[in-house]
Amino acid sequence: MIEVNKDNFEQEVINSNKPVIVDFWGPSCQPCLELLPQVEKLSEAYKDKVKLVKVNSAGNRRLCIKLRVMGLPSFLAFKNGKEVKRISGQDLTIKEIEELIKSIA
Amino acid sequence: MQLKRAINFFELWEMTGVVTMNNYDVIIVGAGPAGLTAALFNARSKLKTLCIDEIGNGGQAAITDLIENYPGFPEGITGSKLTIKMAEQVERFGAEKITEKVQKLKLEEEYRVVVTNQSKYRAKAVIIASGASPRMLGCPGEIDFRGRGVSYCATCDGAFYEGSNILVIGGGNAAVEEAVYLTKFADKVTLVHRRQELRAAKVAQERAFTNPKIDIIWDSVVEKISGNSSVEKVILKNVRSGERREMFVDGVFVYAGLEPNSAWVKGVVRLDEKGNILTDENMCTNIKGVYAAGDVRRKLLRQVLTAASDGAIAAFHAERYIESQFYGS
Ligand SMILES: Cc1cc2nc3c(=O)[nH]c(=O)nc-3n(C[C@H](O)[C@H](O)[C@H](O)COP(=O)(O)OP(=O)(O)OC[C@H]3O[C@@H](n4cnc5c(N)ncnc54)[C@H](O)[C@@H]3O)c2cc1C
Repeated sequence: MIEVNKDNFEQEVINSNKPVIVDFWGPSCQPCLELLPQVEKLSEAYKDKVKLVKVNSAGNRRLCIKLRVMGLPSFLAFKNGKEVKRISGQDLTIKEIEELIKSIA
Repeated sequence: MQLKRAINFFELWEMTGVVTMNNYDVIIVGAGPAGLTAALFNARSKLKTLCIDEIGNGGQAAITDLIENYPGFPEGITGSKLTIKMAEQVERFGAEKITEKVQKLKLEEEYRVVVTNQSKYRAKAVIIASGASPRMLGCPGEIDFRGRGVSYCATCDGAFYEGSNILVIGGGNAAVEEAVYLTKFADKVTLVHRRQELRAAKVAQERAFTNPKIDIIWDSVVEKISGNSSVEKVILKNVRSGERREMFVDGVFVYAGLEPNSAWVKGVVRLDEKGNILTDENMCTNIKGVYAAGDVRRKLLRQVLTAASDGAIAAFHAERYIESQFYGS
């Protein structure tokens, strides 16, 4: 999964041909860190249909504010450059994330 | 202690290929402090141990900033560090860990079957360590603004509130400690408590009372949370006078008590009216071979230390039970 920041957000997410899921995480968000390796696996499994990228909220506060992400972990689904769905919360399970991926695949 | 190995009926069946199911000595549901400690004890006794958690390791303790009342760490230790170490210790002794959501507990003669969203696992004994989750306020706006101003995890989301004005709801340890933690980021933190005094430990109370960024509003509850794209405003109601007031805030952190994660065993093991699992002092539930440990139990002191202690006791008695029930004379 590639790291996205304000410089490549447009290119990697908005202009992507494939639907994109953006995983917002942070270094002091333990649930985020627990999820990351499992999300990497999903990214591999669904790579033909959906692109998964991650944003470290700690270095990208502006981007978070712009997208109105105020809670971690958050997963935003983009299709044709538009946000179509998001899920968020410290009790998110990998199953719910997979459902989100499937819903836009 | 080494258990005598004997081939039992089910194992014979499986060897003939009639059924296949994943078999264990002990299955532990939940990998918070209680579950991880139980797994440590059972794995060290060379029992075939499986620990299942729907998220990962650490439970509520993983999202706690600084734990100052777990002995052995004079400077305190962050919840994530402590629980990562607990998980490493479990790994070292060879307990298996999987990430699945447990949906049901079934009793099949002397076996206990745990049904998850992906599979079924059978064990001789089960330890329920599924802990507790934050109780929601239940007011309008709470769900709509989740992740956009409403939060249940200060270590996850605190940094989004740099320079802002936030409310923390509750009066127990978690509420007061997290309110103090949030002053690292926020300009102003208002603690809203439905009673006239806090339940938190005295040290935590003192820190809150002396922190210039913290205000306290007593006898009040949140009636409504509103805003546009994120939280902008709450309505508080004084439970004594009935008076309402409006407050402009950027965020609401909710620490208004806990709900035990016991819905999946309802009707199988005995619960009290709040859903807490009833056990005796050996962590036995009313069902043979089924134990409960940690915050999911009915008890008064819900802490990392007491959860770990429950886990050790449950593991010990589960092992004794297996020995006498399956390998005893
Ligand atoms: C903000 C906060 C601050 C705290 N501060 C302190 C402190 O300073 N000191 C202290 O000692 N204690 C503190 N506590 C309390 C402490 O964290 C808990 O008492 C302790 O974590 C309880 O451990 P547990 O293992 O019983 O349950 P939990 O920690 O709740 O863990 C339960 C686990 O079970 C899993 N689970 C639940 N249902 C299922 C299911 N159906 N299938 C699979 N898995 C499931 C969950 O994902 C979770 O990982 C704090 C708690 C909070 C919320």
